[in-house]
Amino acid sequence: MKLIIGIVRPEKANDVLEALYRADVRGVSISRIQGHGGELDRVETYRGTTVKMELAEKVRFEIAVSDPFVEPTIEALRQGAHTGEVGDGKIFVLPLERAVRIRTGDTDEDAVTPVGG
Amino acid sequence: MTAAPSQLATVNLASTAWMLVATALVLMMTPALGLFYAGLVRAKNTLNTFMMAAGALGVVTVAWALLGYSLAFGKGNGFIGNTTYVALDHVGFAPRAGTEIPQLVFFCFEAVFCIITAALICGAVVERMRYGAFLLFMVIWSLAVYPVLAHWVWGGGWLESHGVLDFAGGVPVEMGSGFSALAAALAVGPRKDYGRQALLPHNTVYALLGAGLLWFGWFGFNGGSGYTVGNPGTLAFTNTLLAPACTLVVWFLLDLVRDRRITAVGAATAIVVGCVAITPACGYVSPTWAMLLGGLAALPSYALIVWRPRTRLDETLDVLAAHGLAGMTGILFIGFFAQLVWNGKANGLFYGHPKQLLWQFIAAVVGPAYAFTVTFVCMKVVGLVIPLRASDRDQALGLDVVEHGEEAYTSGEGAILVPPEELVGEGLAG
Repeated sequence: MKLIIGIVRPEKANDVLEALYRADVRGVSISRIQGHGGELDRVETYRGTTVKMELAEKVRFEIAVSDPFVEPTIEALRQGAHTGEVGDGKIFVLPLERAVRIRTGDTDEDAVTPVGG
Repeated sequence: MTAAPSQLATVNLASTAWMLVATALVLMMTPALGLFYAGLVRAKNTLNTFMMAAGALGVVTVAWALLGYSLAFGKGNGFIGNTTYVALDHVGFAPRAGTEIPQLVFFCFEAVFCIITAALICGAVVERMRYGAFLLFMVIWSLAVYPVLAHWVWGGGWLESHGVLDFAGGVPVEMGSGFSALAAALAVGPRKDYGRQALLPHNTVYALLGAGLLWFGWFGFNGGSGYTVGNPGTLAFTNTLLAPACTLVVWFLLDLVRDRRITAVGAATAIVVGCVAITPACGYVSPTWAMLLGGLAALPSYALIVWRPRTRLDETLDVLAAHGLAGMTGILFIGFFAQLVWNGKANGLFYGHPKQLLWQFIAAVVGPAYAFTVTFVCMKVVGLVIPLRASDRDQALGLDVVEHGEEAYTSGEGAILVPPEELVGEGLAG
């Protein structure tokens, strides 16, 4: 059981969701974040003030999966988020100690397996 | 009953005062349109969309003053004006022939019409057309398309001399922009993600507020198109209140039937459709018929707006449906319901004058055909000078940052001030 965190471009978020859906990965959380990972700074000018925008908008996926789904999930994230330019993002895979489904009290593998999925 | 306008020796001060106000009202419609359109695109293209409309305030006004006005309202021939009024030559305090207002005021009033009409077309190409290319397109368009259509119906052109009635711009403004938008969308092509992803409005409040301000400005647009505070202005003003209200009510019903919910984007659209439909007819039909026209106009536009997104045609903000089709409805409606007792000019088919309908029909065919064809050529010409489309990468980033180096919704977090000396030293330009 792993927690997979994917940080991707906002404009690729829909492609990632589509790829995850195709890979039968159903349970996903998404948040909008700002981050910096070595991509070129954007320069913006507001009247006389010129600024370097250090933080870029990103979307963070959090997906808890059972072991057989780890590789398909990583593959879906890569495939959906890839453009080939600097700033495509990162994928982190973390061990997951416990998971509980609040409604039923299911734990661990049962809790990360979608109902009727 | 009003007398047909005749050449007056002097200026009427009351009418001049009203026309000054009406001109300012119409000028406001262009930023209102920018707000309406900006609300309907994605957040990352907000500024770019608004700036397309704002750009018209600059480039189109200059083009109009230098040449466009003369091409539209110089005597010329049946097709186009002449060069009498180039760079405001011979435009002064004396009344414009056939009106009771100074020609300078007439010039300004017609200028703000050309500005908003050019700006309307951007709705077809937002979120992927390059900004510089669109500015250049608007300059060419406001010299090659708008003045010709305006001359046909208002400047002594062939449609006017055959009795075509177009009070405030069904041919040049509404069908002109609508069918030009269709050509522009075909020439530029669809957005990168069109048909693959849901591309949704990012702020419907902007759209509603923009539409509301458009309606407000439209009282000047229609109410001023009689160039007088007399009966034509009064009738047009009244009809501008009644018709869009009826469009709204019918639109609500259509929304209810289709989805059991009344939508805000639908309401904003309905306001525009109603104002557009009454534009050509507002000074020619009775208030009762204006209400019928408002209600009727909802039907074809609603149908096209529901059907168009199922096609490959990415005419993004439905300028064809909201302006082209609604304007055509209004132009044809005049042919049926125009009433001499209300307009002092001509009757329509229902009042015993079928020829009126024939000529309204001809205007509804030839106007759009000219607008579509010449706009398509204009776009291709611009494409020879500047690429029309932003790259896929730029479309993904959003045109606010790419084209303008600004964002509509920047938080300021993560922004590091670049001192001026560093700017020069590093040569940071974007």
